[in-house]
Amino acid sequence: MSATLPTTAPRTLPGSSRNALRAPSWWRGRSAVIGIPYLWLLLFFLAPFLIVMKISVSEMETVRFKDVLTYVDGALQLTLKLGNYLYILNDELYFATYLASMKYAAVTTLLCLAIGYPFAYFMARAPKALQPALLMAVMLPFWTSFLLRVYAWKGLLGENGWVANLLEGAGVDHLLLAFGLIAAEGKFMNTPFSLVLGMTYTYLPFMILPLYANLSKMDLRLLEAAQDLGATPAVAFWKVTVPLSKAGIIAGSMLVFIPCIGEFVIPELLGGPQTLMIGRVLWDEFFSNNDWPMASSVAVVMILLIIVPLALFNRYQAQAQERR
Amino acid sequence: MTAAAPAYLQIQDVVKDFGGGAVAVNHVSIDIAKGEIFALLGSSGCGKTTLLRMLAGFETPTSGRIVLAGQDLAGLAPYERPINMMFQSYALFPHLTVWDNIAFGLRRDGMGKDETAQRVEAMLKLVQLGKYAKRKPHQLSGGQQQRVALARSLAKRPQLLLLDEPLGALDKKLREETQIELVNIVEEVGVTCVMVTHDQEEAMTMASRIAVMSEGRVLQVGAPGDIYETPANRFVADFIGNVNLWDGTLVEDHADHVVVRCADCSHWVGHGITGTEGMAVGVAVRPEKIRLSREAPAAELAPHNRVQGTVKDLSYFGSFTVYHLALASGQVIKISQSNTDRHRDDALTWGDAAWASWTPSSQVVLTQ
Repeated sequence: MSATLPTTAPRTLPGSSRNALRAPSWWRGRSAVIGIPYLWLLLFFLAPFLIVMKISVSEMETVRFKDVLTYVDGALQLTLKLGNYLYILNDELYFATYLASMKYAAVTTLLCLAIGYPFAYFMARAPKALQPALLMAVMLPFWTSFLLRVYAWKGLLGENGWVANLLEGAGVDHLLLAFGLIAAEGKFMNTPFSLVLGMTYTYLPFMILPLYANLSKMDLRLLEAAQDLGATPAVAFWKVTVPLSKAGIIAGSMLVFIPCIGEFVIPELLGGPQTLMIGRVLWDEFFSNNDWPMASSVAVVMILLIIVPLALFNRYQAQAQERR
Repeated sequence: MTAAAPAYLQIQDVVKDFGGGAVAVNHVSIDIAKGEIFALLGSSGCGKTTLLRMLAGFETPTSGRIVLAGQDLAGLAPYERPINMMFQSYALFPHLTVWDNIAFGLRRDGMGKDETAQRVEAMLKLVQLGKYAKRKPHQLSGGQQQRVALARSLAKRPQLLLLDEPLGALDKKLREETQIELVNIVEEVGVTCVMVTHDQEEAMTMASRIAVMSEGRVLQVGAPGDIYETPANRFVADFIGNVNLWDGTLVEDHADHVVVRCADCSHWVGHGITGTEGMAVGVAVRPEKIRLSREAPAAELAPHNRVQGTVKDLSYFGSFTVYHLALASGQVIKISQSNTDRHRDDALTWGDAAWASWTPSSQVVLTQ
């Protein structure tokens, strides 16, 4: 075909005539596979978020929101009430709560990393035949309701709960008290300790799975090469294994940190007066104060707090891709 | 290598038994001189890689000793040995640049910044990769990666360099160029080198001596020429290059020669062979040492050392042609002839009857 056509002929000509009876090119399998989830997210995430944003800058008029956009006497008016945001910025409670949420999420993430990394490491180095069973063991907790599992900790850590007794017997409560993590000797429930324990327990698999996926792909000859060049096993671990698992560490940390910031159920069940987190504030604004614009503002700020680390992560990923 | 001074690297009666039947390395003893390039040659699973890994310290011998420059290596971890290895497919650190890859070992030794920089620059110059110092390994071609791996393993000036299938990951053309380049670099540095390969051409081109291994045992140690021209047994004769093997019986034992009778022909062997009549032996002749002709060859030793057959097959390789000659018993022998003339009119072709003949000195008698 190309032999008979002059080279300047528009390239679309033969193709377009051939495809005339087919569906338009964007409506093909590949586009649909990507498009449908995007459409879903657009409809059920982006649109609601825009609505929430709109509510956050709306004024309440008894039980109705005033329109943000009004058209009166030929004048189009955009009314944005920024009072809620200013209030959040000025009120110490919100600031302190955001900070507390970040703090607990960060501590949980670090604990998950500290516990999850060795776990994932030995899982990835375990005999190949054993690995599916170990992987199953990590995912097994998901087979029970999340609520039930968190609730169980209430009993375990409560008065005369056997974990509480064990910790008390080992004298761990003195240590925790010294760091201000529990309120009194032998009282483990409704403290920062019980909250972080519950969150770490719940989110640990989300740290282990990406780390395992990363570590199990690692070329073990690199460790032999490191040792051959004079690195002790410990040095080889820090200089080779850890840098190479950076993507797994970041993925796992994001998967733990992001949901932890907005966590509501675990602080509600295991936390106490000391551990007010942003999820609880959100709940109060919506359901106790019925102040939807304020609640929406809190939600928007929270989402921004989550999007920033996510954007950083994506940037890192993009850079890593580029380097590949 | 004199008997008085102990060899630089001594592998003494080393055994590695992983359990489960087969012994990976079975009572191997090899002495390697300083500055030598020594090749362990064998097919996969012959124990050569296990032996190399024992030298590097990744495996512990079940029994036996390895002594390098008078020091017993037993109990030394890989990171404590003055030995560096170039890994098969290189094992370059993907997260480090070429420069940092080469500096990795030097930094582990706590070498100063300036000295490290000097050494790395010298290594980059040695392998001609100065321009690529800031690149990551995946940005390099296979040949360049191979040179980085070599530079990294030489940077610490090891007392012993180990090469595990050094050219296995390169394509044929590049491999041939690199063989010579690699030998030149290793000789320039003057390091003693043990390499593992399954490629006999690679071993022959690069090594000063070769150990042929099979099923955990060393079958023969010698210079490439010795191994090719005087193989010690059937396995070595067959493994190194092509060979025609006749099974026969020693029928005449004279002071200056013996005669071996085979199914299709008889061999007159003149050089220092003695045996007892009736002994079962094999006679090996390399394909390039056989002459092929339409007419019966001049009968100097007739009726020995010649046989008639039919050309069953021929493979044209450009510079030479390999003829497959079917003998009366059904045995097929290979004869390779240099194509010194272009378009010979009387060239032998399929189905032609032809005579094969060979000189007494081209034969090797094998008893095992």
